[in-house]
Amino acid sequence: MIVMGGSLGSMAALRLCVQDLPTSFSLPIAVALHRHRESDDALVSLLQRELALAVREVLDKDPLLAGHVHVAPCDYHLLVEPMYFSLSTDDPVQFARPSIDVLFESAASTFGPRAIGVILTGANRDGAHGAREIRRRGGTVIVQDPTTAECDVMPLAAIEAVPDALVRPPQEIGRLLCALANPTPS
Amino acid sequence: MREYPDDPEAADVRSLLETLYELAGADFRAYAYSSVKRRMLVQVGRENTGTIAGLEKLVRHDPATRDRLITTLTIHVTAMFRDPAFYRALREELVPMARTYPFIRLWVAGCSTGEEVYSLAILLQEEGLYSRCRIYATDLNERVVQKARHGIFPLSAMQEYTRNYQRAGGTRSFAEYYTADSEFAILRPALRENVVFAVHNLVGDASFNEFHAIFCRNVMIYFNRSLQDRVHGLLYDSLMTYGYLGLGRSETIRFTPHAADYEEVSAREKLFRKIR
Ligand SMILES: C[S@@+](CC[C@H](N)C(=O)[O-])C[C@H]1O[C@@H](n2cnc3c(N)ncnc32)[C@H](O)[C@@H]1O
Repeated sequence: MIVMGGSLGSMAALRLCVQDLPTSFSLPIAVALHRHRESDDALVSLLQRELALAVREVLDKDPLLAGHVHVAPCDYHLLVEPMYFSLSTDDPVQFARPSIDVLFESAASTFGPRAIGVILTGANRDGAHGAREIRRRGGTVIVQDPTTAECDVMPLAAIEAVPDALVRPPQEIGRLLCALANPTPS
Repeated sequence: MREYPDDPEAADVRSLLETLYELAGADFRAYAYSSVKRRMLVQVGRENTGTIAGLEKLVRHDPATRDRLITTLTIHVTAMFRDPAFYRALREELVPMARTYPFIRLWVAGCSTGEEVYSLAILLQEEGLYSRCRIYATDLNERVVQKARHGIFPLSAMQEYTRNYQRAGGTRSFAEYYTADSEFAILRPALRENVVFAVHNLVGDASFNEFHAIFCRNVMIYFNRSLQDRVHGLLYDSLMTYGYLGLGRSETIRFTPHAADYEEVSAREKLFRKIR
């Protein structure tokens, strides 16, 4: 299971990360992006236009589908269960709903070592705690190289929380995700 | 717990849920796991018990802690004319149908503090239907039902609600519907003349009437899939044929056994009509 988070400015970085993933990609991808709570579904259609993978805004209890990019609807928290997503209108966390921490923490708890968290460019510290949870449970944390980030607050906070995070420019994150999804047998 | 092989705390979560059920009759056992666990951890922080197992120990011996946990586990976030486009869809779809009946029963299941109920009452009044309506407004939680009955909301929320009201197709001045105190907006009591407020638990309580429309928005997202199926059965049994079912903006009936019993009236606004 791959979970990704960033603020609205991370659209471009997100695209770079996932654009080279094949449609046969073996893991589900869930994304929480900070955006205005009345924003419409333009984001999903925008992403879809540029990606081979199917992009969906999540409906409650949608199954986790491999090779799909599942986007959190605005004004709901997105959580993962073993087979499907759940939504919540619980209070915003650090002013954010969807909250990256909420998504990452649920992925950590549900998938343990099989959770992969990716933190992209962003303007606050949301996601740092969730990234630490993923790492604590044996999962993998990838952070966009702060020097390539439009806003480095979020990546820096994540690196501080997870010192052994894999720090990469967005173009390289896709390749890394492929390698992590299909580890060559040793 | 088998379903959560990667979660070392799953057994503690399960055990605390059983304890709550056993000692307080509060049945959250089939609620969406990750959401429930998150709320438990919030309470672990507030009660400073370190772990979920620690919280359970406290809950076993202290009824006050038990009540506080139950409060934390239910989420009551709501707003007047939340998702304005939903109310526009009601004006276009539900209202014409309602006009053809001499009397209309509506059910708001999981009404929380009542904002949604008063929004409906306003809409029905503006459409000249309210005097022919009875709205049943229910929630699991006694405290929020009591609040709903009062119809007193923070004045600070009115600006947002006014905007929602206008975007929902409201044609009057929203301020007509309440009296402003320095801190609170007191909704016009006439708006609840035809509302029956009551405690009702969707998990376990039976159907109590047959309705022309049922609204159950942002309630079942807190349930797991099998509980959703059960509650959909209850709603289906409580809805007359050609009656309307309104769900929250990001909900669907696609995954329930009743999917084929409804047609989609507005895919975007999650308004459905029972067709068989
Ligand atoms: C997030 S609020 C939704 C309020 C409103 N329907 C809306 O959409 O704005 C969820 C409500 O569902 C209620 N609820 C949760 N479990 C319930 C149950 N088993 N039976 C009835 N109500 C329940 C909660 O007490 C809470 O007030």
